[in-house]
Amino acid sequence: MLSPETIKAQVESLVPGAELVVVPNGSTDNPGALLVRGEQAVAVARALREHPALRLDYASNVTGVDWPDQVLREKHRIKLIVEGEEREFEEERERRVPGYLEVVYHLYSMALGHGPVVLRLRTGNRNDQVSLPSLTPVWRSCELQEREVFDLFGVRFEGHPDLRRLLMWEDYQDHPMRKDYSDPDDYEYEPTAHDRVLARSRARQGEGAAS
Amino acid sequence: MSRTGEFEPLTVPGESGAGEGQDVLEVAMGPHHPSTHGVFRMDVAVAGERIVRLKPVFGYLHRNHEKIAETGSYLAAMPYTDRLDYFCSLTNNWAYALAVERLTGLRPPERAEYIRVITAELTRLQNHACLVGFLAQDMGASGTPLMYAFREREKILDLFESLTGSRMMCNYMRFGGCRCDLPDGWLDQARQLVADFPRFLDEFERFLADNEILMARTQGIGVLPPELAINAGVTGPMLRASGVNYDLRKVDDYGIYHRFKFRVPLGDHGDVYDRYMIRVLEMRESVEILHQALRDIPAGPILDPKSKPRGFRPKPGEAYGRIEAPKGELGFYLISDGGSNPYRYRVRPPSLINLTVLEDMCLGQTLADVVVILGSVDIVLGEVDR
Amino acid sequence: MLGAGIIKGLAETARNFVGSYVVPERLITVPYPEQRLPAQENARNFPFLVYDGDDAAAGLRCVACQICEKECPPQCIYIVKDVVKKPDHTGKLQFQPKAFDIDLSVCMSCQICVEVCPFDAIKMDTEFELSTTDRFGGLLATKDQLSKPNTYYHQIHPGEARQVDEHLAAARARLEARTLSKPAGDAGSR
Ligand code: SF4
Ligand code: SF4
Repeated sequence: MLSPETIKAQVESLVPGAELVVVPNGSTDNPGALLVRGEQAVAVARALREHPALRLDYASNVTGVDWPDQVLREKHRIKLIVEGEEREFEEERERRVPGYLEVVYHLYSMALGHGPVVLRLRTGNRNDQVSLPSLTPVWRSCELQEREVFDLFGVRFEGHPDLRRLLMWEDYQDHPMRKDYSDPDDYEYEPTAHDRVLARSRARQGEGAAS
Repeated sequence: MSRTGEFEPLTVPGESGAGEGQDVLEVAMGPHHPSTHGVFRMDVAVAGERIVRLKPVFGYLHRNHEKIAETGSYLAAMPYTDRLDYFCSLTNNWAYALAVERLTGLRPPERAEYIRVITAELTRLQNHACLVGFLAQDMGASGTPLMYAFREREKILDLFESLTGSRMMCNYMRFGGCRCDLPDGWLDQARQLVADFPRFLDEFERFLADNEILMARTQGIGVLPPELAINAGVTGPMLRASGVNYDLRKVDDYGIYHRFKFRVPLGDHGDVYDRYMIRVLEMRESVEILHQALRDIPAGPILDPKSKPRGFRPKPGEAYGRIEAPKGELGFYLISDGGSNPYRYRVRPPSLINLTVLEDMCLGQTLADVVVILGSVDIVLGEVDR
Repeated sequence: MLGAGIIKGLAETARNFVGSYVVPERLITVPYPEQRLPAQENARNFPFLVYDGDDAAAGLRCVACQICEKECPPQCIYIVKDVVKKPDHTGKLQFQPKAFDIDLSVCMSCQICVEVCPFDAIKMDTEFELSTTDRFGGLLATKDQLSKPNTYYHQIHPGEARQVDEHLAAARARLEARTLSKPAGDAGSR
């Protein structure tokens, strides 16, 4: 199997204007993933499928990952003049890292029996820029899995032939696999002896009665 | 559709029977229909006798397994994997353990690898035996073949119970090995069972293989061309029935499968009959593997000494582990952020992805064929809906 | 000839039907509840708490460390620690549970509580006839219902119980050896 760096170079030479970034992986497993910009994704995917040394004809696994907005605290050294003397201080600054939704594709080749090549696509943010191109036209195995990512994470796949919720029902609003998802507490619950849902729902009913 | 071509949106084929001015009748098959093997619905449109549209509807058994696993420890997800494909809990355990092992670098000792192969192949035997029974049931052979299959499955489940404590929810594999060693006499019982199993296969073959009704109901029905099968990510016996030689036991060579001699049966028509025959032939190959594994199994430890049940925190990173489960490629994708629970835990369910092509196989067939085609896909709703 | 395959199949059915009267492996089920299969050594259903001796309160091995409560995947164990300590099997003072409930309607018999318990206090029962008419309270097993003697443990899992006993005896012996080899004052402060 070619290394991600080689694949990156080959794809960049095949697809004009493509820019791939190798995302390293800290575990003992595969060497790293290729991060592709949304607008180039379909062209890159096709190149990966057609490339004679790769022939990635099989998209095994498609899944979403939610990376919420993060507030990083970083320490900075600053120099200030205090009482005529220059002294070093440490200052803590907060840095907001905007979150995004990521879609991960694991590609294999049935023809050549190798893999995986991991492809990652990222959305602009988690609220209004959640569109990515669908790779279903390239690998049909993405059809149901992209529907699942749309359902559970809320990524909109442009060009998907039938983008509907897969597991939740049609008029459901939220995206349960997001990290900030909280369970609704208005569903039919089964009271058990020590049940958080029960306690919460009691509190809620109490509120309702008071108002 | 060609090997390098694109997926085109489905169109009603000309010969599907939908003539000019003919009314289309919509039927909701399921979610409580005996043929759907669980709570699964197909919205079918028929013109006369022929299917012109079929949309599967999922989610009746959805419990967000992935979210549950992401909120618990790595070990806590293990018993939940039993409940994915509840026919094959041991292969589910293995796939998850394999993913965690790839994430952390734990290595199961020799004996544990053998135990894994033995339990996985026994799982495959009972899954395929039942599938063949269910398929015959779907064709109207009420009960008899299925009960013969269940009789054999019962003996395998007894072995599972005496090893793991439970017949179906085994929760047996651990990261870097297995939970407990084989009880005394277990290997002999297993050898006996494996020696007797071909007799059941012969019997089953005499019972069904020449059956004219079976052939009429399955040959040329639900044909899946190999190009479409590859592009749609179909895996497992269903893919091999279409003639694509792709078995992860050979390709990925996970565990210790390279030590065993076995063949990969391939079909050439890709119809329901081939899918049925592939399962029968795979059972024979599984028996071969079991013979070799039960002969060679060494003594020794069963768990990597670095593995621990509590306070398990893999280093940040990600891993994808996949195995050849009886239903197809079962994969687990894990992302660790260094915490005690997986940051992302994803199951690649073969049952669900094999259903991508359900509509393609059913178009132009009759409603009665849909039941048989679905039966030949081999789905378990616990895994489809997760 | 059309139909030959079906006739061949029916001959097989006939062989099975007749065979089920004579060959035991052709008829492997038993009519429950009149007849029961012997329980398997490793069989598991729901957990129970082991106590040594005859007194369930004094002999309870559980020290209310709440590890099982934390590790239980569906979170169905509920423990309240007692403020009063009691001596364990080695004579050392340990906490004890005031309440120890397992919600059997939630428990999935996974055995993880057994695996993580460092005190061999919780083990798997084989009792499965637990139907009640009360869906919630009836399926909540309390400490009194869960406590079962070590003799019962030996009865249902003989091999495993023997190993646990040996293991505990060895731990006691080690402790005693250490206490004897040290001056009396030191041992008392432990
Ligand atoms: S049963 Fe074991 S793990 Fe659970 S509280 Fe008691 S001693 Fe601790
Ligand atoms: S068997 Fe599993 S589910 Fe039941 S109490 Fe123990 S850890 Fe919890």
